[in-house]
Amino acid sequence: MGAGWLAAPMERHGRAAATSASSAREPVPGGPDGRRREPLRRRANSASAPAVGASASASPSASPSAEGVRRDRPGSYSGATSASRQRVESLKKKRPLFPWFGLDIGGTLVKLVYFEPKDITAEEEEEEVESLKSIRKYLTSNVAYGSTGIRDVHLELKDLTLCGRKGNLHFIRFPTHDMPAFIQMGRDKNFSSLHTVFCATGGGAYKFEQDFLTIGDLQLCKLDELDCLIKGILYIDSVGFNGRSQCYYFENPADCEKCQKLPFDLKNPYPLLLVNIGSGVSILAVYSKDNYKRVTGTSLGGGTFFGLCCLLTGCTTFEEALEMASRGDSTKVDKLVRDIYGGDYERFGLPGWAVASSFGNMMSKEKREAVSKEDLARATLITITNNIGSIARMCALNENINQVVFVGNFLRINTIAMRLLAYALDYWSKGQLKALFSEHEGWCDRMCRRDLNFPATFLLFFRPSLEPIPPHSLLSTSSPTGPSPSVTCPCSSSIALYVSSSLHSGIMLKCSRSPLLLITSFPRRWPRYCLLTR
Amino acid sequence: MAECGASGSGSSGDSLDKSITLPPDEIFRNLENAKRFAIDIGGSLTKLAYYSTVQHKVAKVRSFDHSGKDTEQDHEPPYEISVQEEVTARLHFVKFENTYIEACLDFIKDHLVNTETKVIQATGGGAYKFKDLIEEKLQLKVDKEDVMTCLIKGCNFVLKNIPHEAFVYQKDSDPEFRFQTNHPNIFPYLLVNIGSGVSIVKVETEDRFEWIGGSSIGGGTFWGLGALLTKTKKFDELLHLASRGQHTNVDMLVQDIYGGAHETLGLSGNLIASSFGKSATADQEFSKEDMAKSLLHMISNDIGQLACLYARLHCLDRVYFGGFFIRGHPVTMRTITYSINFFSKGEVQALFLRHEGYLGAIGAFLKGAEQDNPNQYSWGENYAGSSGLMSSSPELCPTQRARSGTFDLLEMDRLERPLVNLPLLLDPSSYVPDTVDLTDDALARKYWLTCFEEALDGVVKRAVASQPGSVDAAERAEKFRQKYWNKLQTLRHQPFAYGTLTVRSLLDTREHCLNEFNFPDPYSKVKQKDNGVALKCFQRVVSALDALDWEERQLALVKGLLAGNVFDWGAKAVSDVLESDPQFGFEEAKKKLQDNSGVDVILGVFPFVRELLSRGTEVILACNSGPALNDVTYSESLIVAERIAAMDPVIHSALREERLLLVQTGSSSPCLDLSRLDKGLAVLVREHGADLVVIEGMGRAVHTNYHAALCCESLKLAVIKNSWLAERLGGQLFSVIFKYEVPAE
Repeated sequence: MGAGWLAAPMERHGRAAATSASSAREPVPGGPDGRRREPLRRRANSASAPAVGASASASPSASPSAEGVRRDRPGSYSGATSASRQRVESLKKKRPLFPWFGLDIGGTLVKLVYFEPKDITAEEEEEEVESLKSIRKYLTSNVAYGSTGIRDVHLELKDLTLCGRKGNLHFIRFPTHDMPAFIQMGRDKNFSSLHTVFCATGGGAYKFEQDFLTIGDLQLCKLDELDCLIKGILYIDSVGFNGRSQCYYFENPADCEKCQKLPFDLKNPYPLLLVNIGSGVSILAVYSKDNYKRVTGTSLGGGTFFGLCCLLTGCTTFEEALEMASRGDSTKVDKLVRDIYGGDYERFGLPGWAVASSFGNMMSKEKREAVSKEDLARATLITITNNIGSIARMCALNENINQVVFVGNFLRINTIAMRLLAYALDYWSKGQLKALFSEHEGWCDRMCRRDLNFPATFLLFFRPSLEPIPPHSLLSTSSPTGPSPSVTCPCSSSIALYVSSSLHSGIMLKCSRSPLLLITSFPRRWPRYCLLTR
Repeated sequence: MAECGASGSGSSGDSLDKSITLPPDEIFRNLENAKRFAIDIGGSLTKLAYYSTVQHKVAKVRSFDHSGKDTEQDHEPPYEISVQEEVTARLHFVKFENTYIEACLDFIKDHLVNTETKVIQATGGGAYKFKDLIEEKLQLKVDKEDVMTCLIKGCNFVLKNIPHEAFVYQKDSDPEFRFQTNHPNIFPYLLVNIGSGVSIVKVETEDRFEWIGGSSIGGGTFWGLGALLTKTKKFDELLHLASRGQHTNVDMLVQDIYGGAHETLGLSGNLIASSFGKSATADQEFSKEDMAKSLLHMISNDIGQLACLYARLHCLDRVYFGGFFIRGHPVTMRTITYSINFFSKGEVQALFLRHEGYLGAIGAFLKGAEQDNPNQYSWGENYAGSSGLMSSSPELCPTQRARSGTFDLLEMDRLERPLVNLPLLLDPSSYVPDTVDLTDDALARKYWLTCFEEALDGVVKRAVASQPGSVDAAERAEKFRQKYWNKLQTLRHQPFAYGTLTVRSLLDTREHCLNEFNFPDPYSKVKQKDNGVALKCFQRVVSALDALDWEERQLALVKGLLAGNVFDWGAKAVSDVLESDPQFGFEEAKKKLQDNSGVDVILGVFPFVRELLSRGTEVILACNSGPALNDVTYSESLIVAERIAAMDPVIHSALREERLLLVQTGSSSPCLDLSRLDKGLAVLVREHGADLVVIEGMGRAVHTNYHAALCCESLKLAVIKNSWLAERLGGQLFSVIFKYEVPAE
């Protein structure tokens, strides 16, 4: 699940509307943000251990509902056991102890990254405890674990230098439902004795935290996705893009000929409305580096586009859906203002080309029979995009913010949507609002990880993505075919590696300006791996 | 009229489609006098509006000419009653499926006598499509009216004229509809019309409104996308599918991502993270029901979210929802309400309208009828001629739907005089006339419905008896019985059919039904006789009172006021006594109260008024405009006052000096809605600076206004003539309510 998780209501049964109104209040204000942290604190106190004195800040009933809650630094540990606190301290001071793990526990898949040090000295080998050896051996000598765990050998990164250590990076995935078995293994192999810290993200980091603690005696280091997102967008803007501005906007977005991308200088980034379009959509109002609030969200996001496209067209990949959309004609599917009024609806100042009813023509049997899959895909894309634009515009008005930055996986390689957003925002706000996009679409949240306060360690991040990313859309190179061709990143100071096998492909981006390493892989429903380090 | 499909006057079916089961003359009523047509043709339903006149028999009272010998003969009535024809204006609205449009147009053409009509106002998406057909069939020129303008005009009209027009939908309560009392100032409000798309309009005044936004994701999206996904063609079927589906199979929820941890994280696991998020797979089949449900949630949530954003931006908290997506569908009302509550955190209320489907037709009609100034009048919903809410909803009353075909009716009577708030109401926006909400109180509802059922025979008998000279009185009375009985049965199953169910609405419905069958005033004769008797006693009573010292006299006056109130033919307990013992007289009534005095108005009210006048107080005596039970009407009160003035110098001089003013309330009900009073009365109240309001009678002071808060002193008087109510209030039958209230500082 992308950072753009969002909240849209669904009916709860057996509850009066009155109570639902109040319970409905919970998730929206301030978003999951503050709350996410608070209960964690509570949990750490109660669950693990006597050692922890009642942390003053842990008030069980306190639910930080005020909007715009200031948040702790992401990834910071709040009230963990003293043992794990020590581990964290050690992390901060020096290189962490082996083993180095990173974990993304998604809704369906768990992605595990393991760094296998290859430069182990004889002394180290000597000191190395048995359990560590056994873990290394187990992970590196197998390509399959149990019946479902798989090591993506083709993605393995060899001879990597990480925090001053050389080694190989292994990518392992297994279904989330096998998580209990994994935790059990951790217990059997006595992970806890290794004083390691599991960096984890994804919803499962919360879901299984308790199990990690009670069964495996392991403390998870959870990272907040929204925090990272904000930091990311600000960070990439600060580093700039090839000497140019990172942000851009579209001029004449409606006109294929005249449309052009122009840089936008985000000199005064605040306030800023950040619209993150993942599977769902999260909308954040950002007032400063660490003062932001989640304004709202909608469940109509990238997941809806892709989900509906799968149902309507039988397509199987996000690319395919977008490709179909690019060839379709949504006006066959949608009912336009002119279809109803013969032209503009002057009474209300509505232009004839505006969509009056998305899929409105599909009420008629004849028209249903006359549309192509491409038309349907296009209409789905237009519907979702317009709606996001509309909600974003209203939020901007309500929050009195006139810079709207759209980010998120949905927009990658999705020029149609970006131009449409740009146009819709400009048109309906009569030029008052500008849609801004980021060159590093979808990379923001990954890049930001480097900004976290763990100088001596690495953080591993990867999350399942609904959509694969063809490299050519990111990197202006010819389609690479070789096993590991080196390609140039648009950023001159970066080096990107395209890794591919017969089945899978991935990208590794090494940016020399900041020691940054990004890795991603593309096949549908494949985890995209991303590694950041300093 | 949906209720009386079974009975009725045979089939004058003419060219009408056989599939119409109702006798057509009960659908397109009063066509012969119809003029000013308007039609609103939507995607599936046609709404026809026309203005017509209804001939009613009314009982008129007239003073005898007393210029001759003023002999007080015992058998002579105090005034004469004549039944006259009166013409009143009525608006008819008929809703039917587009399939019947041709047959209906033919029928209208055949029955249309009025040749003045040259134009028909048309609105709605189908107006264009059916333009030629209408022009050809009706020989009327089609004048197209703007859809939104009509909608808003219609909306203003119903909000102003129909009490309990708006309601909120509450999922788990029974019934799910909670009606709102009309806000004295309906503006500004937000109207969210969910047709194939969504239009969001801010309405600021009668004529000023602004389209502030919209969305293309609306009913058409649900229908179109739903049809593609489920291969189900009909909107209703899609909704039906949706009501059976599990959207969690299709949508990606927060709990799908966070697991059980959402609880400790303070997240609601049921929140949808991504609509259709789970359907992004090629290797899984999804059920039609699940997809339809997911789609319904997606669209409702989206509309609710946008509506909240617009409401917030424009600082509005009243949002009315309309359009075919909503139209009487509990499923969509539920999801929209949920979404509004969620996104506005309870700050915005989703309101729905009982006559939402008619707004366009009403508005188009009003546009065409501007020269008649329909907005200058007050209008009242005629309960007898209107089908209730959900009358054609298959989910709620399949049997009724089968009987009535798919026709739904609304009739609005033009009231003689404009109605306004009583200026003395403490807070007009929170004033609720009725004491008990029978929609809410199932026990009370059951009791009163039974009570009215049991009293029906008596009412029928009295109706027949009131028109001894009429040959068809019995037949009409039987029709009345049938109609009112059916209404009561409808209300038993759908207490929400006509807004909040109250004792008042039950009484009013009965009056409307009586009027429908030309029993304008079944009690006129009785009242005539009573008044004659009472007038004879007046002087005796007054002199007896005058003989008392001040304190005793006050007590006696109040007892008189209350004793008079016992004579109320509407109260079953009393009528039982009277029917069994015709000799039961006022003395008996007094004994129940352990003392004194004469028949309601003459022996109770007038002496009381006289006392006030003697103290130098100015009195405005307000009586019903139209007949209701045995309540004195304004015209009767004029005659009575005249007769009393002839006997009594106090009343005489007060009338002459205008210290006693007789006015009408604007009501024709045994109960009283202080928010709908005759404008003349309101003006007088304001001009004279009234500082005491006396409300008398069970209907006006107990069934209604018992809790009414006024900004001046008030006195509410009644005798509880109903044992059930007495028990409920913790007293005995014939207990006295004497409620004197001083407004809080």
